[in-house]
Amino acid sequence: MRLRILQLLVLGLLVVAWYVLTAPGLIPPFYFEQDNRAAFFFGEPQKVFWVIVEWFATGEIFIHLAVTLLETALGFAIGSALGLGIGLWLALSPTASAVMDPYIKGFNSMPRVVLAPIFAVWFGLGIWSKVALGVTLVFFVVFFNVYQGVREVSPNLIANARMLGASPRQLLRSIYLPSAMSWVFASLHNAVGLAFVGAVVGEYLGSARGVGYLILQAEGTFDINTVFAGILVLTAFALLLDAAVGSVERRLMTWQPRTSETEKV
Amino acid sequence: MSIDGAPALALADITCRFASRDERSHAYIAVANASLTIGRGEFVSVVGPTGCGKSTLLNVAAGLLEPSSGTVEVFGERLMAADGVNRRAGYMFQADALMPWRTGIGNVVAGLEFRGVPSAQAVAQGEEWLRRVGLAGFGDRYPHQMSGGMRKRLALAQTLILSPDILLMDEPFSALDVQTRQLMENELLALWAEDRKSVLFITHDLEEAIALSDRVVVLSAGPGTRPIGDFKVDLPRPRDVSEIRMTPAFLDLHREIWGVMKEEVLKAYARQKVA
Repeated sequence: MRLRILQLLVLGLLVVAWYVLTAPGLIPPFYFEQDNRAAFFFGEPQKVFWVIVEWFATGEIFIHLAVTLLETALGFAIGSALGLGIGLWLALSPTASAVMDPYIKGFNSMPRVVLAPIFAVWFGLGIWSKVALGVTLVFFVVFFNVYQGVREVSPNLIANARMLGASPRQLLRSIYLPSAMSWVFASLHNAVGLAFVGAVVGEYLGSARGVGYLILQAEGTFDINTVFAGILVLTAFALLLDAAVGSVERRLMTWQPRTSETEKV
Repeated sequence: MSIDGAPALALADITCRFASRDERSHAYIAVANASLTIGRGEFVSVVGPTGCGKSTLLNVAAGLLEPSSGTVEVFGERLMAADGVNRRAGYMFQADALMPWRTGIGNVVAGLEFRGVPSAQAVAQGEEWLRRVGLAGFGDRYPHQMSGGMRKRLALAQTLILSPDILLMDEPFSALDVQTRQLMENELLALWAEDRKSVLFITHDLEEAIALSDRVVVLSAGPGTRPIGDFKVDLPRPRDVSEIRMTPAFLDLHREIWGVMKEEVLKAYARQKVA
């Protein structure tokens, strides 16, 4: 409880500092020559707040949020499915894995955000170019975790299942898949976050709807308050998504003695 | 299906050569020309110094490992690597081999599930086996919520529920404390006495071997492990493993077998020290 109060206090201090430093005429300008310049570059918290209130009051934001969240969800779902499938395939087939290794490494090292313009050309300015970007980001996180998960299955566990009469198919379903899934869940926070990044960056680079689009529009008219409002809404929803993932994870991973962490990508 | 009168398990002239990683020329011979026969309903223990290839021999019997040469016959039928594992055998591993993502009951019924037994029937049978190994009411716990002894019981139930004709055990109780271990040994004997499976029990503990078995086979120190002694244990059954250790007959046997084993243990020790 005390922690929460301190956390809110930090937020309050930040907002107050923001207000004091940007409100025109409140304190003498010490960096910019004119009074209203700070507000022009950094926005003003009360105006940002009213922009957000108005978005929700008029319902204008909902369509944009829905689009962004849909892109996130699709990017996450498709990227995870591909990562899971290809991860399982390569982990269980040493030859394919050896052949594909340099390509996987190459694609992973590539700064994949540069693909966004290409996706816009291929898939248009609708949601699919954003989904595609999200997929390329999510895929590798899930892929590497699945690959690792399958490789790290204890040989004992496999031998035991075989002795209990598991066919190769049953081995895949009862041993490899659950083992891989535990690694996937460990990377879920990362994957969802990256799908969100893919959606917003995609929108920002060219779109007709979405929170990223709102930000882009506002930037075009130097409406810095709206830009900040968009950023705050995105941050809030990223936190909500993360909390949702956390609760799903807790429910699905009851069998694990502790949550394992993988490195951040 | 089986040939009349054939032993449950017959390993003949088994050799296992492992290619070493760095140098092709220096293949490691874990087991050399080893032969071992387990009669029907016989409880045979194999003892030997650490690292002598006991587990290798067991994996060969299970069909998990193909020997470089030699044959394995199960009830008179040749075990071929191409056909997969030894279908008539159950295997209890030294290390934990339970599925951590399944509950107790989920682990016990895994084998039935793989064989396509309807779920309701499998669970009913599973509950029965949980009760028999003393885990009634623990079916909804995950392995990590159980103690080492409970996990061993669970593994035992998981193996025995399939009623395998041959039971292969690889130092199954070595990780347990002495008290739990003796309890588990007694329970194993009680379960075994119900239907007398053929058992191949691997251990490095001679006392455990004598207390449990009808026959004790001593392996030489590796590399090139092979049986060097075969002792019949005609102590009366049913036995209590903690009491039988005190009887003169047990002590005589122990002395006799240890006389053979000691030299091998020292050899293995000396070799380990060099390495």
